[in-house]
This record gives sequence, structure tokens and C-alpha cells, in this order.
Amino acid sequence: MTTIDALVLRAPGTNCEHETARALAMAGATPVVRHIREVDRDRSDLERARIVVFPGGFSYGDDLGAGRIQAEEVRATLGEPLRALIDRGGLVLGICNGFQVLVKLGLLPDVAPERASPDLSLTWNDCGHYVDRWVHLAVESSNSPFLRHVPKTIYVPIAHAEGKLVARDDAVLDRLAANGQIALRYADPDGRPAGAPWNPNGSARDIAGITDPTGRVLGLMPHPERNVLPEHHPARRAAADRAPDGLAFFVSAVETIRRDQ
Amino acid sequence: MSDIARVLVEVANASRFADPHADDALAVARRLDGLDGVRLARTYELVATRDGALEAPDLDAAIRSLFADPVVERLSIDEPLVFDEGAPAEVVWIRPRRGVTDPVAESARGALRRRGLDGIDVVSGRKLLLFGRGGWTADTLRGLIEKRLANPVIEEIHVGAAAPSPHAPAGARAFARIDVPLRDLDDDALAAVEREHKLSLSLEEMQAIQAFYREADRDPTDVELLTLAQTWSEHCKHKTLRSRIEFDGEIIDGLLQQTVFKATETLARDDCLSVFADNAGVIAFDEHHGIAFKVETHNHPSAIEPYGGAGTGIGGVIRDILGTGLGAKPILNTDVFCFAHTDRDPDTLPRGTLHPATIMRGVVSGVRDYGNRMGIPTPSGALYFDDRYVGNPVVYAGCLGIIPRDKIDKAAQPGDRIIAIGGRTGRDGIGGATFSSAELTSESEVVDATSVQIGNPIMEKRVMEGLLRARDEGLYNAVTDCGAGGFSSAVGEMGEETGADVELSTAPLKYAGLSPAEIWLSEAQERMILAVPEQHVARLTEVMALEGVEVADLGRFTDDARLRITFRDEVHCDLPMAFLHDGLPKTTRTATWQAPTVEAPPIPERVDWSDTLGDILAMPNVASKEWVIRQYDHEVQAGTVVKPLQGPRCDGPGDAIVVKPLADSDKGVAVACGMNPHQGDLDPYHMAINAVDEALRNLAVVGCPPARAALLDNFSWGNPRRPEMLGALVLASKGCYDAALAYRAPFVSGKDSLNNEFAHDGETISIPHTLLISAMGVIDDVARPATIDLKAAGNALYVAGVTRAELGASHLHLLLGGRDRPAGGAIPTVDLATAPRALATAATAVEHGLVRTAHDLSEGGLAVAIAEMAFTGSVGVTLDLDAVPTDGALAAHEVLFAETPTRIAFEVAPDAVDAFEALWREAGVPCARIGDTTDGDRLVATHGGSTVLDASLDALRARWQTPLLPETGDVR
Repeated sequence: MTTIDALVLRAPGTNCEHETARALAMAGATPVVRHIREVDRDRSDLERARIVVFPGGFSYGDDLGAGRIQAEEVRATLGEPLRALIDRGGLVLGICNGFQVLVKLGLLPDVAPERASPDLSLTWNDCGHYVDRWVHLAVESSNSPFLRHVPKTIYVPIAHAEGKLVARDDAVLDRLAANGQIALRYADPDGRPAGAPWNPNGSARDIAGITDPTGRVLGLMPHPERNVLPEHHPARRAAADRAPDGLAFFVSAVETIRRDQ
Repeated sequence: MSDIARVLVEVANASRFADPHADDALAVARRLDGLDGVRLARTYELVATRDGALEAPDLDAAIRSLFADPVVERLSIDEPLVFDEGAPAEVVWIRPRRGVTDPVAESARGALRRRGLDGIDVVSGRKLLLFGRGGWTADTLRGLIEKRLANPVIEEIHVGAAAPSPHAPAGARAFARIDVPLRDLDDDALAAVEREHKLSLSLEEMQAIQAFYREADRDPTDVELLTLAQTWSEHCKHKTLRSRIEFDGEIIDGLLQQTVFKATETLARDDCLSVFADNAGVIAFDEHHGIAFKVETHNHPSAIEPYGGAGTGIGGVIRDILGTGLGAKPILNTDVFCFAHTDRDPDTLPRGTLHPATIMRGVVSGVRDYGNRMGIPTPSGALYFDDRYVGNPVVYAGCLGIIPRDKIDKAAQPGDRIIAIGGRTGRDGIGGATFSSAELTSESEVVDATSVQIGNPIMEKRVMEGLLRARDEGLYNAVTDCGAGGFSSAVGEMGEETGADVELSTAPLKYAGLSPAEIWLSEAQERMILAVPEQHVARLTEVMALEGVEVADLGRFTDDARLRITFRDEVHCDLPMAFLHDGLPKTTRTATWQAPTVEAPPIPERVDWSDTLGDILAMPNVASKEWVIRQYDHEVQAGTVVKPLQGPRCDGPGDAIVVKPLADSDKGVAVACGMNPHQGDLDPYHMAINAVDEALRNLAVVGCPPARAALLDNFSWGNPRRPEMLGALVLASKGCYDAALAYRAPFVSGKDSLNNEFAHDGETISIPHTLLISAMGVIDDVARPATIDLKAAGNALYVAGVTRAELGASHLHLLLGGRDRPAGGAIPTVDLATAPRALATAATAVEHGLVRTAHDLSEGGLAVAIAEMAFTGSVGVTLDLDAVPTDGALAAHEVLFAETPTRIAFEVAPDAVDAFEALWREAGVPCARIGDTTDGDRLVATHGGSTVLDASLDALRARWQTPLLPETGDVR
């Protein structure tokens, strides 16, 4: 079987890179973890990668807003090669802080247009502070390679302070919905999209994750890499009929690439 | 007016977006009459440190893209933001005092620099706009701001529409060596020198120093005096616990040596890899790895500046783990806090204290913001409340790490370079080691501002990444962290056997103007010292550069066993290591103990105790800690496999947590703690044994037997110069010793914090004797541990262990007798002959998969434990309390609420009942079936033919979820 190279990009303050690499490895990919500055100096890992992941954490302390400084740095150094990767069919995943980076970088919701100003942002949770809790998600779109093998309703944890998705106006959200870019929504235990308390941060239309129009770029606030073992589940067991929900994201991505080869 | 060039940036949420932080400020400020609304803006002051830096053409674009979110926020440059509400009635500007660490500003400076914009300094602050009628007096306004919305210890507060002038840049100063004439002084004059230099040394110790310099035929320098004071401080030397003590006729030569150390030596367990020798104790995890664990106190800094104090507490103990052996990788943080009750009437607070709710919010956010940013899960901890913590909260911060077994030994070699890595040195926390060894007074808030440290967790994260990589490449021979005493303690300890030559002018500074003494003793955070062979310095520098970590060469380790410090080649210190480390005169202290007479409260005549159960569940020591736990990232690293919040809704109180540190191993580390300060009011000896029992029975619940556990002791105590205070310490230490031997669970590390007293208006408040026992143990299979939530109807409920009429210091007595006075009664006691077997049997039952649920009985006794199991699982329960194994005939309230230790409740499925009962029969430990799980939604218990409990699970859960902070309702 051919190797599927994956690159997990870290920056000062990134802190979920190792478990993210482990989840990729469990799914059959061959991950490496690299500092952005290493990749800037030597592009070979990025050029080889079929999957690039921006993992969770607090890049640069989130000191000027979550993901903002890292987005600036990526734009200045790796912006072009990342677009090239997407253009040649590569996949990009942003988890939590990585999602914040992708939005502030402008890879989400839409790579193409150089708009004067962005459409979306992620800002402070309604409660005003960091929250770690497990949430139910409804999978709203299956056009993303990351979501093909993910069950319709899943259970994974969130852990963030700035996860509330906000849009410039309603038209932006309508356009995302029409394009099938709304990938994941916070839901009640039966899988129906729902507001508080199921929506943990006040996110617009209960959105937990979005894709670009191709589906090849996915960003989400919840942490799939924290539910890849039966013991990760709060009830300490997986459902009898399926693998841990978070693992399915990584398996989907790897299988899609393998099929397309 | 200032002529310093400045650009002032203001950023606020666009009005159509909610601003939760402004809402929080409004909730706090509401008691201002006529206040209609609050808006918050972040401010960034950009000041040129190079001529023309602010005229760069790209600056405007950089500011707009870096400092504000283009969707959510608005930004203005050099003019005030205008809000929909119109003109504010008052404007308050808050910014860090000069020299206070400002991580946001550091990140902003870095981001500007990467855009080619250098020569710009940044100060981050905030602007509070108050809308409404106005007319508040300056005093009212300042009172509100200073007590609740800012901390004047670290922040400047300016009221008025005009922005305060920029700080002038710090100027360079010249420093000549300062000699302190000492040789000819009499005792009064010696004491005056001690006070003037804030040395926190006794007269006897000053005399020993004087004798040394008379012999040396010279006077000390200020650097030498301060180095001696720091090295000899209670914080660093633990001189009380190591001194000779005369305890009611008994001579104890070194309390620690004769108790906790001795137990460890006697047990000689071969899985103890490093005990009491390094920054943390290390036990074996598997053939290739060890587990290091350390718990620190940070009480005094947290009293003055809760956010920074608690944050640097966790930051410091993480560096202890990084500085254990050649560096362990942190995998878990623990936090245990003690506060006064948060519903305290502000008007009754002693002068000079912060409100307990303010302290608690600050401490929790400090730990949250540091631990979460470090990427270390914080799943384990405890909270305890008593009004005697009003002037002196207790903050225990712990960290556990994993280390390759071949990286545990270290030693600096003569010739190794002394390399400092990490943050720059500033005037932070000067005198922290001596400060933390002194008692607090109502003046502390004012005078001790320089003792406060503020952390920058991302700097520590960078240091951690670089250090672990350098460790794996074998680039250094030894490492330790800069904690209390800064470079002084780190270099002094590492060079104790070799000697060290240090040139202080090479240390990177945050700002100019630090004296040699300030550089040497600064407690600026996020710094570590390495002993690096000359040939590895270049590669180390490269590894650190990738992480953005500065490396500074401070000198070299020598072979002459002297500590020599120069500043621009002038000698400021030249001392033999032997005098520095062993010159402290040994003292004899007097201790005594007399058991106090404390009345038990009268017990009301009652048949149904349901309401009492609800009241105990709502007591803050018992009630849900969910509001705190959820603010901590307790799952980062994806290793937390038994979580702190359990059950189908993830809201029940777990006993121990388990982390799985290695991807390719099913082994786990279980962590738990035990503490009951109220028992110390009655009997410190039994308090200590009970705390060990509690920590170990929590581990048993997840399948770890006592004989595979290791312990940590942390004493937070009052003033040990008072004989009865020291007597309590002696008794607690003896309890630790007896318990460790009985359970075969050695102590591997510990730390004490003494003088936890608060003096005000002629009155002294001592904290309760606060002994924290932390326990860790390795379990073979992380799939095995039980959780505390009942799983299904139709299962059997058991309780193991004997219940005795022990209600002394119980929560029933605290409830009935009032929380302001000690609760009397019979002290709970452990039967050390049978308890180790009982806990081992419980662990076996869990490990063999015989139980669905296990939960220890602690605060509130059997009734609280069963209620927690039932409402967490939403499974009904019927209990026959006559079946509970007891010592003699007990009244209903005694069976329900006694806090006898060594008891655990279990849920057992019908097919496992026979094997489970056989296990306990063979062990010879009482364990009885006391009831069943039902498909109802009530907890019902009978005793002697009467129904003594009958309550709905929803009602009990609602009482248990009583907010810890009444003002917030603990939302989410």
C-alpha cells in the first residue's frame, strides 16, 4: 500500500500536535510533526504531504485574538504552497486553534476570492471563558473527504474560549448553507441541531465546523483526536457497532486519498 | 506633558456583537448608582525605542491587521472609539505597572518585528467606559475598580477621559559593589540590618553570618547577604522541619528525617527511583519510564495577586518537573485550593484582604490560563472552604511527568558552561523566597508589590519543547529550574559540589537598570539553568532558536567549591559553597500538644434526614466543582481516560483520575488526593492518617492497591515558633509515618509552607492545619477502572468497611454547629491493622472487573456517596441501613453521615455477586449488601423500620449543584 504522508504543523503554543499525529497514524497515514519555521526553511515535507493539519492549542498565546498571529505568519511564509497543495487535491484540516488559524488566514470559508475583508470569524464564547465539555454534533454535509465515513451524529469534546462562529451578515451564512459548506452543527443527543445548552458557545446557526466549497479544507472547533480510543469516551466504551467517532474523521481522509490514487 | 512619541490604538467589539467581558464588568459594577452600561476597549500603546520607528509607512496596515478582528471588532488609532451610547460618564484606563510582565505586549512586539517593524515597544491595557448618570466620587470609583476590576498591585489605574502619559523608558545605571559593614555590630544593629535588607533571618543566623565574616576579615557585599538569606530561607531549606524538636519531653532530631523520610527508607520499595533528592520524586512506570510527581505551594503570592500568584504557582511546578533528572515531560497538573467562604459580607473582611470570591476567580483563571496554554491536562484537584483562609488562601499546584529511566541522573561537571534559557530577567518577584517565609499582614498588599510574579505560559511552552529535544540529543549534563531565589538558588544548588563562576552582565534583561543583586535574585518566570559541555553550546543554541528561546552564557562550573559572582568583572560575591549550604546554625525548637476540648453540636430529633442530606450536598466542600473543572482543559494530550466529571451527563464527581501517557502502552497512572483540615482542629495525628487513607482509597476505586502507590506530603501550617502549632505539625508527621508504613506506600516528595497567618488590627488568624496528601500509582490496563455513576437497575449495592459513630469534624456537625467554629465529636480513625487489606481488596475487585461502579465514602459519609452515585447515573436506589456493618448499635444519623474512613461503596451485577462476596470473605474484611438499584428516580433508605431518606434524584442533584460563586450562578 502506498504511504500517505501527513504533515502536522506546529507553532509556538500549539499543544495538540502529538495526539493529532497519533490519530493520523491510527488511520493509516504517515504523519510528521514540524515547526512552521522548519517547513519554511525546507519545504519537502509540505510538498510531499497529502494531508496538512493545523492542530489545537494557543498559538502565540492567542494574545492578539485566537489564531491571529499564527495566521499572519503562515500567510507570510506558507500561503502559496498551501494553496498549491489544495489545488493538487491535498486535504487541509484545522482543529480548534487550527480552525481559528484557517479562518483568520482566509483559507476558510473560501480560498478563491481576495475580498477586501473577510466574511467570518471566531470569537469569545457567550460565557466569556474557556470551556471543556463533550458535545453532540450533527454531520450536515458529506461532500468533504473528512466526513464520508463519519456517522450522522457523533460525540466529541470541545475545549476552547473563542469558538463562537460569527458572520459579517446573514447572507454569508445563507451562502455557506447553499454551497453545502456547513459541515457540522452542535446538536441535542438525538442529533437535531440545537442551541444552548447543546451549543456550548453561542455559535451562529449552531455551526461547529465548515468546509471550503470543495470540501477539501475542513475546520472545526471540536477535537476529533480526543475520541479515538474506547477509553476516551466519558462512558469508557465505544458504541458496539462502530469505531470511536473521532477516528472516523482521519479514516475518511486517508481512505478518500487512497481511493483517488 | 510627555514628549515621548506614542501611537495609541483602541479596539472594541462592534456594537452588534455581544461582549461577554463587558457584561461581566457590568455585573460587578452594578452597585454604582445610576450606572446604565459598561463598554470595554483593549488598548495598545506603541512607543518608539528607536527614532522614527513610528513613522514607518507599513505601521498603519500592520496595526489594522494584527490588533483587531475585521469582522467582530473596530479599531481606532490616536483617537477615542465612539460608542452608540454616546459620551461616557467616566473613563478608566488600566495598564500594567512599569516592569510587570506583559505577555500580550511581548507577542505584539514579536509580530511587529516579524513584519520588519522594530524599535517599537508595546504596552497592552484596557479602557473601561461607564455610561449613565455619573457623579460617582473618586473614592467610590477607585474602591470598585481596585477591589473588583483591576489589581493595583500590578496595574495602574487612571480615571479621566485623557489617556495617561506613556512610561518613560528605563535608563541604564552604573553599579558599584555595595559592602555592608557587619563585623562590629551589636545584636540590635544586626537586627536592624536584617530588617533593612528584608532578609527574614533570625538573630542567631545573623550572628553566624557575622562570625563567618569576622573570620574572613572582611564585610559582606549586599549580593552575598541576599544570597545567604535566600539559601537559608524557610522556603528553600525547610529549616523548621529539619531542625531538632523537643516535643513534650521527646527529642526529635529532624522531623522530616524521623518521619516521612524514614518511612520511605524502611519500606525500601524498589520501584522508587528517586526520592527527596531532586525537584520531584520518581517511581517506576515500566521497564523504560519513570513517573515524576511534585506538588508546590503558592499561598503568599496568591493572597496578594491571585491571578499571577496561582498562574506562576502552576508554571513553577511544571518547571520542577522539567528540571527533574534531565527533564521529565509533563502529562498532568493538579490543583487544590482552600478559600474563605465566597458568600462573605464584604464589610466584615479584615483590612488588607481581597474578597474570597475575587481570590477564587483570580486563582482559577490564573491556573486555567497557564495550564491550558502549556497543553498539560488539569483533571485532578480539590476545593476546601473555611473562613480562616480569609487572609491567607492555600494554593497547591502539582505536576506529574514521564521520564526515560536513563535520564534520571544528572550532575554538572567542572568546565560545563552555565547556560540560562527562557524568559528575560526583570525586577519580578524580588525576594519571593524570603517573602513566602514570612507571615502576611494587612500592609502586605501595599508593600510587597515587587514580590509578585506574572507568568508568560507560551514562553514556558517554548522552553519545554526546546528542552525536551535537547535532552533527547544529550546536549547537557544537568538542569534545574529558576524558582524562588532565581539564578541564586538554581546556580547555587547545581554548583554545590563543583563551584561556579558567574558573570551577571551577560544575562538578557527585560529593561535596563537592574542592579547585580536584582539580576541574581530576580524571580522572573520561565527560566532554567543548564550545565552544558562547551562543545554542545552551539547545537543547543540552534535547538532553542527554532523555538524562539534565548540562550545566555552566564559562566562556568568550576572545581573549587566556591560561588564567585562578578558584574562587569567586579567581584560581588566570593563564598565557599560549604558555608552557603551548611553554615546555617541548627536550632532546637519547642513543641507541645494538648488535645482541645471541642463540643459536639446537639443532634435534633428527626426521623427523615432527607433535607439534611440536601443541605450537606449543598455545602461548598461537598457541592459540585464543575464550574472550575470545565475551565481547565482536562483532556489535552488525549490521555485522560478516567475523567474528573463522570456519568452520562459528565457531571458526577470522580474519585481518582487516570491518564494514559504512552500511545503504545495500556498502562495508566492514577492520581488522587486526601485532605481534611477540619479534623486537624481535633487531632492532627488522625487527620494525617485519614488523609493518607482517603488518597489511597480513591486510588483503590480505579484499581490501584496501596502497595503500588506512592505519596506526596504538603504541609501548609501556621507559625511554627508557637509550640502548639509545631506540636500539631509533629503529630501530623507522625501520622504520615505510621500510615506510610502500614499501607507500604512511601512518600517520595513533599513541600511545606509555614507562617500561614494573617495579622490585622492586633489579631492573628492562623489557617487550619492543612495537610494535603497526593497519591499516584501505576495501573496495568486503563480499560479496567470503575467510575462512580450507577449503571443499571437490578444490581446489588455493597459497602465495604465498618461504620463507627465517628462524627467529629464531620460535615453533619459542621452543618449543625455552624461553619465558624470547629466541630467536635469523636475523630474518625483508621484501623491500620486491617485498612491496607480492605483497600487492596477493593482494588482487586475493580481490577478483576467484578464491579460496575465504585465510589469512596468521604465528606458527608454513606448518604452523600450513595446520593452522588445515584444522581450521577440517574439510577434509583433502595437501602436497608440495618445491613451496614457497624461497630455497635448506631443511630440513623450516624450510619448516614459518619465519616469513618476506609469505606467504599460498590454496584455489583447479579452474575458477579458470588465472586465479589467470596473475595471479601477471603480477605476477612466486612463488606455487606445494603441495597439494590431500581428503575425508579428516588433514593430511599430505611433504618430500624423507619424510612430515614426518601428524596428524588433530581432534587438531590439540584442541591449538589449549588453554585460555588453565588453572584454568577456558575453558568456553564
